[in-house]
Amino acid sequence: METVDLNKNIENGTSVIEVRNVFKSFGDNNVLRDFSCDLNKGENLVVLGKSGSGKSVLIKCIIGLMKPEKGSIHVLGKNVPALNSTELDKMRVKVGFLFQSNALYDSMTVRENLEFPLRRHWIKTSKEDVNRLVIEALTNVGLADTVDMMPAELSGGMRKRIALARTLILKPEIILYDEPTTGLDPITAKEISNLMVELQQKYQTSSIIISHDINCVKIVANRVVMLIDGKCYATGTYEELERSSDKKIKQFFE
Amino acid sequence: MNKSVFQNFLNETGDISRFALRFFREIFKPRFELAEFLRQCYYIGYRSLPLVAITAFIMGLVITIQSRPTLVEFGAAAWLPKMVSVSLIREIAPVITALICAGKIGSGIGAELGSMKVTEQIDAMDVSGTNPYKFLVVTRVMATTLMVPILAILASTVSLYGGYLGANIHGIVSWKLFWNQVFDTITFGDLLPAIIKTFFFGYIIGIIGCYMGYNSNKGTEGVGRSANSAVVISSLLLFVIDLIAVQITDVLNLN
Repeated sequence: METVDLNKNIENGTSVIEVRNVFKSFGDNNVLRDFSCDLNKGENLVVLGKSGSGKSVLIKCIIGLMKPEKGSIHVLGKNVPALNSTELDKMRVKVGFLFQSNALYDSMTVRENLEFPLRRHWIKTSKEDVNRLVIEALTNVGLADTVDMMPAELSGGMRKRIALARTLILKPEIILYDEPTTGLDPITAKEISNLMVELQQKYQTSSIIISHDINCVKIVANRVVMLIDGKCYATGTYEELERSSDKKIKQFFE
Repeated sequence: MNKSVFQNFLNETGDISRFALRFFREIFKPRFELAEFLRQCYYIGYRSLPLVAITAFIMGLVITIQSRPTLVEFGAAAWLPKMVSVSLIREIAPVITALICAGKIGSGIGAELGSMKVTEQIDAMDVSGTNPYKFLVVTRVMATTLMVPILAILASTVSLYGGYLGANIHGIVSWKLFWNQVFDTITFGDLLPAIIKTFFFGYIIGIIGCYMGYNSNKGTEGVGRSANSAVVISSLLLFVIDLIAVQITDVLNLN
């Protein structure tokens, strides 16, 4: 594979997501405690942390599936916790979300899965346009021939690709990935990571990637944020953090 | 946090009521999911038809055979069609239909929405800009509310055919005499309350199934529990509604 300069599209100083002093707890379990971070335009930001450290909670707060108790989350200039459902829907057109479990609708074919977000947003498109978008999205992930299959007939890696195609079909400006390589074998995980980079270059998106898969992080990350004890413990490039002598950071790279 | 059982019960009741009332807020808001609604009507109504019909036929047959000896004792065997038709149409057909639907449809909805919940499909709908309550819950509850009464009316009819067969096992009742007696006996006062209550039965089956599925958690085990509680709670509520319905018809002098 040819090497691409990951950093060429980053516009420093123009942040598309600003997370400020966010608190979120479940009962006595304080998951996020005063967490803050920024996502710059064109950047791939990886949030690295242990299982159960609140990584998924963070991106669910960003997309508005959960509400933080305190703090603000600005996505493309709008404060998410304060949006009503109509405004939230408008914001979500511009933000894609790839679920850890893929969340493909298993009663629908691949085509219907991909058409679902298009239909939903009242985007007035003709049948040919919809078909073209579906095929384009599937070609991007290299699975154009699966269009009439059911999700249950596909392998884990293929399902992940279809889910990625569904996320990308609305051409979002920001994509949130929830553990994109969890549950995949190392080879498929690497393919998915490369695909993420390739599509990011093609559509100029900005992404937050939740992961604890170091190999994936190495491929996709421009910048890494360490989420430890509910706080942004450290931030830097992969290489910087890898060289760190801090005990808590080191354990991720061993 | 150690909440008492009573407190949990109140919380759950509050949650279910809020969930059930939301249906009336969402049903009038566009966009209307006609295609999904019709698909649900097909699954809920058409697909349950054979089961409901067979059960209703057998119930009609059994009730007639079992009522006969008592009536014969009083020398009132000729009253058999009258008595049987009233009990079938007013109570047995609607309640049996509703119970079968609670078992078949309620558990199906609970399990389907439950597994959609635990595999994040409901969240995925939310994120892709669809109101999952409207797409999943409103369509299903509308379908059950409309299909259960239709199934109950069909069940009443089929159960009378069973009754006719039952009446002819130990005696001879002509086709014409049987139906004449039935239609002489049944009035609007019998039909109307029986049909009206089935709308409530349908609503309860749909809303409880959806609530249980929609709020399911803890993986596969949670899905099983959702399907189970959907059947148990909706069956229980069906009888409560039946009890309330009979009190209302009593007050209105329709009994």
